[in-house]
Amino acid sequence: MTDIPASTSVSAAAPSRSYGQMIVRRFMSHRMAVAGAVLVVLLCSSALFAQFVAPHDPTTIDTAKRFLPPLASWTYPLGTDDLGRDTLSRLLYGGQVSLMVGIVAMLTTMLTGTLVGLAAGYYGGIVDNLLMRFVDTLLCFPQVFLLLVVAAFVPPTILSISLIIGLTSWMEVSRIVRAQVSTLKEMDFVQASRGFGASNWRIMLVELLPNIAAPVLVAATLKVATAVLMESYISFLGYGVQPPMASWGNMLTNAQGYFDTVPFLAILPGILITFTVMGFNFLGDGLRDAVDARLKIDP
Amino acid sequence: MSGDVLSYAFWRIIHSIPLVIGVSIIGFGIMHLAPGGPLAVYTLNPTITVTDIERIKVALGLDQPIHVQYLTWAKAMLTGTWGFTFFGGRPVLEVIVERLPATMVLMGTSMALAMLIGTAIGMLGAIRRHSIFDYLATTGAMLALSFPTFWFGLMAIWIFAIQLGWLPSGGMYELGEEGNPWDLLRHLVLPTMVLTLVLVATWSRYARSSFLDVIQQDYIRTARSKGLSTRAVLFGHAFRNAVIPLVALFGVQLPTLFSGALVAETIFSWPGMGRLFVDALNMKEYPILMGMIMFTALFVVVGNLIADIAIALIDPRVKLG
Repeated sequence: MTDIPASTSVSAAAPSRSYGQMIVRRFMSHRMAVAGAVLVVLLCSSALFAQFVAPHDPTTIDTAKRFLPPLASWTYPLGTDDLGRDTLSRLLYGGQVSLMVGIVAMLTTMLTGTLVGLAAGYYGGIVDNLLMRFVDTLLCFPQVFLLLVVAAFVPPTILSISLIIGLTSWMEVSRIVRAQVSTLKEMDFVQASRGFGASNWRIMLVELLPNIAAPVLVAATLKVATAVLMESYISFLGYGVQPPMASWGNMLTNAQGYFDTVPFLAILPGILITFTVMGFNFLGDGLRDAVDARLKIDP
Repeated sequence: MSGDVLSYAFWRIIHSIPLVIGVSIIGFGIMHLAPGGPLAVYTLNPTITVTDIERIKVALGLDQPIHVQYLTWAKAMLTGTWGFTFFGGRPVLEVIVERLPATMVLMGTSMALAMLIGTAIGMLGAIRRHSIFDYLATTGAMLALSFPTFWFGLMAIWIFAIQLGWLPSGGMYELGEEGNPWDLLRHLVLPTMVLTLVLVATWSRYARSSFLDVIQQDYIRTARSKGLSTRAVLFGHAFRNAVIPLVALFGVQLPTLFSGALVAETIFSWPGMGRLFVDALNMKEYPILMGMIMFTALFVVVGNLIADIAIALIDPRVKLG
């Protein structure tokens, strides 16, 4: 009723919507990003409810029912593998493992990367120098090589694999955070906070961290994608999730042996990995465009 | 002018020395992360007794304090043996260098193709921004980045080797055809395709944004307003400036290139360094693993060094020093 049009407000450029609403609106107008979000929600919920959705136990062996073709029966909708295990159930449980590794690895990456970036950007000087040279050094190693060498030493569990992936991929995150923090720390609100006697920890966690939430969130989304991909790499090479537990990567390794006769066993896990990685990538790209400060004025 | 570049190159080399030392410390640290140290593999061998292990430990200097061990190892690195393999006792560097040509053929072909195709796609996407081509290229690049490389490789084998039978499914030469370039080419197609796909995706994305940056510059508008043709503006004015930042991408992409080569070589039984790494991993050949880690990291350091110096040579705007 007393609706004031945006153009009559004090500044013509002032948005009539909140920052949050603007981001949501911009995100929703990004078709691929919405598709990515839908894909991610679908895959996550199917993994989350695998116990209820899966028609069979993923590790039950039934040699009388080996290599059943897909779409041939209602009891085994996607057929069975070389040991007569239900492919659909294994894909669902495998998704649980892959996404779990992806998310735990992402959390490790973000925690390490943010801490290192915060410390380097905030303290500057010698701390910055040492930490960033360390980052430079780690970036010289091809990630798959580093990952495999460490994975070969450590007994593979979901947790250890996640940690290894997380600890070998935080370097870019720390660079992003450092760049943001080193410009932010010179700004008035940080100086003011310091003037009021706030401790370094308080400034870093209460003043700086919320202000870099957007790029960190974008990086986090993209990191889930890389972590899922990395898990599939090391599981495929035999150093990741160990059979009989299913992961999309080790299902592919297994399928490789029967590749020329039953290709669908190799096609399905690959499609799911691709969809998951693509979903998170599109989601992250869309988020980046939606929160990018340089694009604040709507096109 | 060239004196400037020369002194820049000199200082850039000096600055990469700490990086090399850092790389060696991390590499050495990882080897000693192994539970039981680098000799853990022997404890699994029933024919080797505990006293044998102690003897080997002393012989290899593994009973020494860690900094002494590091210096011994660093000396082995500098004198060019890079340690000796567990099985066969050959110098590690010799084993790695043996595999170098196969990997270089694969990586070189893929990188060259990716640079050509990626730059072309990125350039076209930038000129025809928001066109159907641009949209398809951007989405396609995203899709390519989401494929697990090994899965794409398996699918390529299934289609081109198993179903169509056009190309061999692995290896570098047929038996008895060693050195035949035509045979090499046939074997090279599939692994190159897989490796190129990954690189071209990143390359085209960077090329697109680099060309977009450049064609929005004032001097491009000036050139256009002089009445020059699009082609003349593009190749006479924009191309060089848009490509310069991509030289740096070459250095940045080297680790990805090695990781991709490892996967491609494993799937296609390509007898290169990636394959050597996976074999060494399965045999727990730590000296080879460490050698490989060091080799790839040093390669990346040197690659970035060369990329930076190349940029300084071709771009007079770069601030030297």
